[in-house]
Amino acid sequence: MHQTRTTRPRRSALLGAGALAAAAVLLAGCSSSGGSPAAAGPGQKITLTVGDFGTFGYKEAGLFDAYMAAHPNITIKEDTTTAEADYWTALQTHLAAGSGMDDVQALEVGRISLATSDALSSAFVDLAKAPGVSKGDYLPWKWQQATTADNRTIGLGTDVGPMAICYRQDLFQAAGLPSDPAAVSALWAGDWSKYVEQGKAFQAKAPKGTYFMDTATGLFNGVVSSAAQQYYQGGKLDYKDSPSVKSAWSLAMQADSAGLSEGLKEFDPAWQTAFAQSSFATTICPSWQQANIQKFSGAANAGKWNIAQAPAAGNWGGSFLTVPSSGKHQADAEALVAWLTAPEQQAKVFEAVGNIPSNQGAYALSEVSGYKNPYIGPNAPTGQIFSAAAKAIQPAETGPHAGDLQNDFSNGILLVEQNHKSAGDAWNTTVQQIDSSIQ
Amino acid sequence: MTRALPTPPTPERRQLWRSRLYRWDSKGTPYAFVAPFFVVFAAFGLFPLLYTGWLSLHQVSLYHVNQARWVGLGNYRDLFTGAPSRFFWNALRNTVTLGALSTVPQLAMAIGLAHLLNYRLRARGFLRTALLAPYATSVAAATLAFALIFSPEGGMANWFIHLFGFGRVDWEAGRWSSQFAIATIVTWRWTGYNALIYLAAMQAVPGELYEAAAIDGASRLRQFWHVTVPALRPTILFTVVISTIGATQLFGEPFLFGGQSGHQGGADNQYETLGVLMYDQGFHNSMLGRASAVAWTMFALLLLLGLVNALIARRLRRSQ
Repeated sequence: MHQTRTTRPRRSALLGAGALAAAAVLLAGCSSSGGSPAAAGPGQKITLTVGDFGTFGYKEAGLFDAYMAAHPNITIKEDTTTAEADYWTALQTHLAAGSGMDDVQALEVGRISLATSDALSSAFVDLAKAPGVSKGDYLPWKWQQATTADNRTIGLGTDVGPMAICYRQDLFQAAGLPSDPAAVSALWAGDWSKYVEQGKAFQAKAPKGTYFMDTATGLFNGVVSSAAQQYYQGGKLDYKDSPSVKSAWSLAMQADSAGLSEGLKEFDPAWQTAFAQSSFATTICPSWQQANIQKFSGAANAGKWNIAQAPAAGNWGGSFLTVPSSGKHQADAEALVAWLTAPEQQAKVFEAVGNIPSNQGAYALSEVSGYKNPYIGPNAPTGQIFSAAAKAIQPAETGPHAGDLQNDFSNGILLVEQNHKSAGDAWNTTVQQIDSSIQ
Repeated sequence: MTRALPTPPTPERRQLWRSRLYRWDSKGTPYAFVAPFFVVFAAFGLFPLLYTGWLSLHQVSLYHVNQARWVGLGNYRDLFTGAPSRFFWNALRNTVTLGALSTVPQLAMAIGLAHLLNYRLRARGFLRTALLAPYATSVAAATLAFALIFSPEGGMANWFIHLFGFGRVDWEAGRWSSQFAIATIVTWRWTGYNALIYLAAMQAVPGELYEAAAIDGASRLRQFWHVTVPALRPTILFTVVISTIGATQLFGEPFLFGGQSGHQGGADNQYETLGVLMYDQGFHNSMLGRASAVAWTMFALLLLLGLVNALIARRLRRSQ
């Protein structure tokens, strides 16, 4: 599918149509591939393939090598894609075809509600009954996210994305605000509207050309994801009456009209360069964002970033490992997934690449609790901030379109920030976009 | 003619057999040779086309194509007058404006370049090859480079217009500014390609025409208008057709230019083309039926454009 995007324009539409049809042909001819195979016999050599994207950190932490050393009959092959969007597009086609999947497939949190829906959940095995897996070990909301309506748990949590707020202590000082992590956390503790209030205080005395936040979409996602009711209620999409969506939208509009936001589109080149140009003072900071901050701000800004608790605990990102039911070595794959998501292994991954564990047992381990980021606030209790947030996150009902809605609302806020639409127009456009994308 | 036992063929019968074989050979062999193309075409061209047409009459999810629900022309009705019609008409309008913004300057520049390269000049071979370099660049690479150029934060485009006293432009956010930026990418990639086609056609123009024109005292510009352009008319028509088809199917540039919101052609759909709309419906919203309806609408649109082109071509030929 990635090909479709990069071919020359004259052909791309035809290819697109061809791909649609090809996917359809594959589907028509396929059904489930029969009985569930047992574990490989002793001494029988097998290869397990693990499909993932971005940085899962297993290779970096040496976990695959350790597992293969302990299980000489098993060879593990990692099949990794850099961009999650490309990974998902390919996996989508394999899911539609019912074949071509790896023995273990990773899923990003944005996809998990679709994977657990009636449409797709039968493509994955229930991991709740896998040997060595105990529900109580995992964060309850994380476990719930991968559980279907008929109580099958199709994915085990790898990392989670508890949010903090990363801020520029030099800019905070320049604007006369406290700059120590504990004091900054206290500025807005418990209430996102206090964060916006502090933004106004910052903006009043801010150095010229600097903004309080990179984009109000971060604020919007922060508010929604820290609420118990988000986009769904009672099994239905119910975003128009959701209190968190309403207050998130109005706070984002306030932030924009008060001129607190630089109005950048997250992950775009302009957003990346803004880090180096020090043009904004805070950004919503899920654990994985630390790497971006360091990479884009660069050595010139070392020691200027610090980290504080978010007004309320929310989650952004994080992944799962699943075992497709079409796999040949299901029992071995289940054992591998259980081992990879156990506390000791998750702590090692955290140490190697900074992914916050989803297994509660890992928070007590010193690798996690004592962690400090040498680039961001070298003395801030980063490990504790993230584990506290992870434990405080409330379980929220979700559904197959939750990820799309987050995307649509981010776009809606950009309409105000970048295209200078009125709040009312932007809301209507967003609702139209959502209505037309759900059949 | 019935016989109990087969008799050895008489010389005349053998003759007859041979001539029949020969006739089959001369008539059938060409078909056998062209068959692979038509078999491949039927499998990968015709079948998907028909299948897409069938899908466009159903409500069907990307994940469950075998559970298609018949809706007749419902998808088309939705597209033209229903909830998503706003996006369809918007995409159609963008496709036309983006197409015009990219095709017209592209062909005009190509013909000018070809005219210059047609003269004797130093390093002509190198320059001609260099023309193809943008065409050889992948859409992804070109688009990423241009996304940086048109970045609102420290992009080259803003720096350049600042020299002339203009303020910062948020290129990607505005309807016209974003379409201009995307048209620049398309023009950059395809101008050289078209210039080479024109150049090839220009080489076929008899040199005497230019000599005669030069003796009559025609300047190079006049030679261009009165000798080159008329001689190139069929080639121009060809490139117009090809570029129009390309513009109608424009996908890669807007999709990649938009980054996070590329799948819907910008936060406000300000540069969503029909190609992007099809992708968004099919692979982002997993509504295969509606995506297929968009595909067929594009196909019908291209047929229509082809018809118009054929009519114009016939007119031109008659007027000659």
